[in-house]
This record gives sequence, structure tokens and C-alpha cells, in this order.
Amino acid sequence: MAVTILFLGPLRDLAGEPTREVAAPLDWVGLLAAVGPEVAAQLGEARVNVACAGKVLGEKTSLSAQDGDEVALLPPVSGG
Amino acid sequence: MKDVRLLHQPFIPGALIGPFTNAHPGLGGVCTFVGEVRGNEAGEAGEVERLELLHYEPLTLAGMDELADVALARFDLMGLLMVHRVGEMHPGEPIVCVSAAARHRRGAIDAVDFCMDHLKSASWFWKRERRAGQWRWIEPRAEDHSDLARWTKL
Repeated sequence: MAVTILFLGPLRDLAGEPTREVAAPLDWVGLLAAVGPEVAAQLGEARVNVACAGKVLGEKTSLSAQDGDEVALLPPVSGG
Repeated sequence: MKDVRLLHQPFIPGALIGPFTNAHPGLGGVCTFVGEVRGNEAGEAGEVERLELLHYEPLTLAGMDELADVALARFDLMGLLMVHRVGEMHPGEPIVCVSAAARHRRGAIDAVDFCMDHLKSASWFWKRERRAGQWRWIEPRAEDHSDLARWTKL
């Protein structure tokens, strides 16, 4: 089992793939290391959110993903 | 009644609004907004060929449902319809439809305005368009954020 990182919207282009599997558990430092410098720079911005197991984290640096969790990286939204 | 949907196929707003209106006998007014894929504006380079809206299954519909609950609690409504497309669309196709039924017009008009501002820049959607074969991500405009901020200043 592992943690699946999901790159949404423009982050998918930066990552070069829609998802990436990494070893569990995964914390904030591990996430920054796993996504590469370009995506990590985006994650540093306040307007980029992180969801773990379907819930948006109030404080993304508190990430603590376990086996089987999906970690979604959520760039600024645009709907309508 | 609350009717919140994510649609993967084209839809005809009138086919939803008719039954929605009929479901609220005794209403005083219905306000409806329909957003469509915009075609080219004067002076823009490259024709808009496609628009694609992406969503994130665990968050998007649940977030819309929460937004509908907030609007129902905040405005004096009898019912709220909120429908959003995802997937690839052509210019002229409806993307979004919000309709509010109320005893009096103000609640209905304000509720639609409120929901649209939140759908534009505070809901889990990502939008990109293709011009001349090139996809480009669209970020919310500054106006979208100032429109949203109007609702927190009260």
C-alpha cells in the first residue's frame, strides 16, 4: 500500500503526470520532496490547498497521510 | 426544495427550470442565471475551440451542496436549483445554471448572485480553454475575488 498524490488543474502539467504513488506515511516535508521543486514552490503559496482522504486541510503543513490515503493538491479554482 | 447536480453531458436549462418553478406553488418570483461558454471577444487572438472544466469528485459536489445550504439559510428562499457542467464543452453551451424561488424577489435575486460568486472563485473547479490547438488554464480574475468579497463585508 502507498499514498497516492493527485495533481489537479495546472499542477498536473507541472508534475508531468496526473498521479504519483509514494510510500506511506507521508508528511508535509515528505510531500515537498516527492513532488519536485516546481510543484513544491506552488505548494508554498497560501492559495494552493491540500486535501487528504477527501478533506481539505485547514493547515496543510499538518499533513499526515497513511496507507491508502489520497493526497490531492488543489491550485486556485475557477468555475462558472 | 434543494436540487444540486454535477452534469457530465450537455443540458437544456429550460428543461430544469420549468419543473423547478412548478415545484413551488405560491412563489412570488424565480430568478435564474445561466452561464455559457463564451465565444471570442473583439480583438482576441485565436478562436476558442473548447472549454474543459475539471472537478475533484470527493470535494466538488459536496462543496456545492454546502453552498446551497448556506444560501437557503441566508436568503428567504422556497427552493434552490444549482447545476454545473464538467468535462469538455463548445462555445455557446451552458456551463452553469442557478435558479432560486422565493416569496419575494430580493431573496431570489441575491441568492443567485451569491451562489454564482461562490461558484466562480470558491468552488472546486478548474477551467482551461483551447485556442489554436493550445490548452491554457484560466485563473479567476481579480473581479471574481472582489465580487466574492462583497458577501463577507456585511
